[in-house]
Amino acid sequence: MTKNILIVGVGGQGTLLTGRIIGNYAMSKGFDVKMSEVHGMAQRGGSVVMQVRYGKKVYSPLVELGEADIIFAFEKLEALRYMPFLKKDGVIISNTQQIDPMPVVMGMAKYPEAILEKISSACSQTCFIDALSIAKEIGNVKVVNMIMIGAYAAYIGDSLEEWEVIVEKTVPLHTVAMNKEALKKGYYAYLNK
Amino acid sequence: MKKLMLGNEAIARGVYESGATVAVAYPGTPSTEITEFIAKYDEIYAEWAPNEKVALEVAIGSCFAGARSVATMKHVGLNVAADPLFTAAYTGVNAGLVIFVADDPGMHSSQNEQDTRLIARAASVPVLEPADSMECKEYVKMGMTLSEQYDTPVIIRLTTRVSHSQGIVETNEKEAAVLKDYQKDIQKYVMTPANARVRHRVVEERMNRLESDMTKLGLYTIEESKSNIGIITSGVCYQYVKESGIDANIFKLNMVNPLPLEAIKAFAEKVDCLYIVEELEPFIEEQVRAAGIKAKGKELFGRQGEITVRQIKTVLGMDVPEVTAGENLPIRPPVLCPGCPHRSVYTVLKKLKLMVMGDIGCYTLGSLPPHLAMDACVCMGASVSMTHGVEKARGRAFSKNVVGIIGDSTFMHSGITGLIDVVYNKGMSTIIIADNSTTGMTGHQHHPGTGKTLKGEETYAVDLEALCKAIGVPNVITVDAYDMKAVEKALKEETAKDEPSVIITKAPCKLLIKEKWDVYQINEENCSSCGLCLNLGCPAIQKYEASASINEALCAGCGLCESVCKKGAISKGGN
Repeated sequence: MTKNILIVGVGGQGTLLTGRIIGNYAMSKGFDVKMSEVHGMAQRGGSVVMQVRYGKKVYSPLVELGEADIIFAFEKLEALRYMPFLKKDGVIISNTQQIDPMPVVMGMAKYPEAILEKISSACSQTCFIDALSIAKEIGNVKVVNMIMIGAYAAYIGDSLEEWEVIVEKTVPLHTVAMNKEALKKGYYAYLNK
Repeated sequence: MKKLMLGNEAIARGVYESGATVAVAYPGTPSTEITEFIAKYDEIYAEWAPNEKVALEVAIGSCFAGARSVATMKHVGLNVAADPLFTAAYTGVNAGLVIFVADDPGMHSSQNEQDTRLIARAASVPVLEPADSMECKEYVKMGMTLSEQYDTPVIIRLTTRVSHSQGIVETNEKEAAVLKDYQKDIQKYVMTPANARVRHRVVEERMNRLESDMTKLGLYTIEESKSNIGIITSGVCYQYVKESGIDANIFKLNMVNPLPLEAIKAFAEKVDCLYIVEELEPFIEEQVRAAGIKAKGKELFGRQGEITVRQIKTVLGMDVPEVTAGENLPIRPPVLCPGCPHRSVYTVLKKLKLMVMGDIGCYTLGSLPPHLAMDACVCMGASVSMTHGVEKARGRAFSKNVVGIIGDSTFMHSGITGLIDVVYNKGMSTIIIADNSTTGMTGHQHHPGTGKTLKGEETYAVDLEALCKAIGVPNVITVDAYDMKAVEKALKEETAKDEPSVIITKAPCKLLIKEKWDVYQINEENCSSCGLCLNLGCPAIQKYEASASINEALCAGCGLCESVCKKGAISKGGN
């Protein structure tokens, strides 16, 4: 069976890099992989989605409505936005961070209330992680994506060590220690939920 | 070696493996990364040209001179390059010439969703259409071979989902780059009417020959089944058809221009119901129908946007998962980045209530809330010429409240000619060149004004001020883009003059700046919630309860908010 993963967030949050890490990991396990990315205009702070599909043989690079096994969200409104893509028994792993879209900043729209409750009532398997607070503890708000990757690694049931190797290969040398710490915190944040 | 590659990276790998040595492009989503990846191969000379017409002409020259060459552009870029394309079909090539053109069905990052296949057909240029990253790489090599065998430029048509999807690619060794001999051949390369009449016959004969050779060349594949359904498709739509799991006979076109109509006829005879699954225009469908073959297509799938697996399944009567409609949520449109030097310019344009003729780039985002400071945006370079057009239509009194705005890269691309028109035809337009020292929207590519080449070498940087003066613009001034007072003063003074003016609002794209900066903070006690800082439309400023607050993770330290705050509530914090 093909696994369908949607990685959703706000342009600039590192969804692209996350997707590539997950995709390369699936390939290293011998799967066929297809991924679809968003470049250009939408990247500028817009709603972005990175799609990863892996399995024995994958044709389409896109995840269809109602077909996502996992929605992996870096921002909670984006998690809610992509809910129609989730499979009946799909899983949502979401950062609880709130980033106001411009219509909300401008007072032309309201940021929806009780997003996490809405998600939980529609989806039986959820995991919410306050990645921003964890990132602040680590001392760099830019490691939010690595915390989320840690949660993903725990979700798919891999050992932390296996993912540490991937992180070492992916991030710039001077950020390895910080990113490994973020990975670990995300990993245990998932396990402790 | 196996590697996950973006379609665009795989194209670049194909260029390398084909032994091509010259690659030219102007950036444009979704084609940009092709040339960025090509530039990583030391063996290939690669450059950004000022626009697509120049890019294709350079590639034509180098293929005449004997080097396998490629040119890359997005779909609308091919319009700019249409002039050389149509006649290069007549001259043919010496060494291979392959042109990569990336269409954008669904307009993820484009101003229209035109279909390159129609232009290619009008120009009588063969078109290959890969369906995934592996095919991207292989089709470049196939394209080079076909180009040389049939003495024609070849287009490889991509779409966003092929260009920007990753798939596994098996790499091969590089073919030796051999410079072909150059021989003077006036009848072939000099397109005067007498020679072109002869060459037009060659073009027609070539396309006919290619069509009859398609079976032999393997330019389509047929997957047979016992089903009575037949599907003709190509590109990423082939993947969607396969993904649907439909039991059908599938005719996959690897080349979409010309079409193998005899083979399609034979295929159609074996099925009861023939579907054509193609995005955008009914390109295959109309030709198939014109050949007297019954087929269903656009009446089921439509001409707009992207086709989905779900749509195919629904059309073919297959089960699709039930989906509950999503809640009506606030949209999240793209925005100018925190610290963007265009923000201050648009804040002033909004304040002065000017009519603004816009252009293509990050600064097109000035058309969105909260600025809404743009009246028109059509194509690369049009801001300058449209501003002139407004003045000629409505007179000088009206045009004193009109400006054009164009980015530095777009100005190099095709704003210069419009500005020459203004000067030559005694226009009085005021044009803002929003100079952020890069091609921003496509991801920071160099251009003739940045002083660096694609390969990162130092080079001459075109002096915008000197250029505008040389054209004959009497008033050319440069202001700091972040200095709103200076921008406002310049706009008021220049629009009042009965002469053409250029205002260069200068500050590098914030994303180019690597040094650390101090972020700003809002002192809640002083904040009166007046909303002035929120009106800047900065993603780093959010409203929480009584006061606004600055997201330190997003703040880029431009200080614009401090300059608009009348309560002195905003100040520099630490980094």
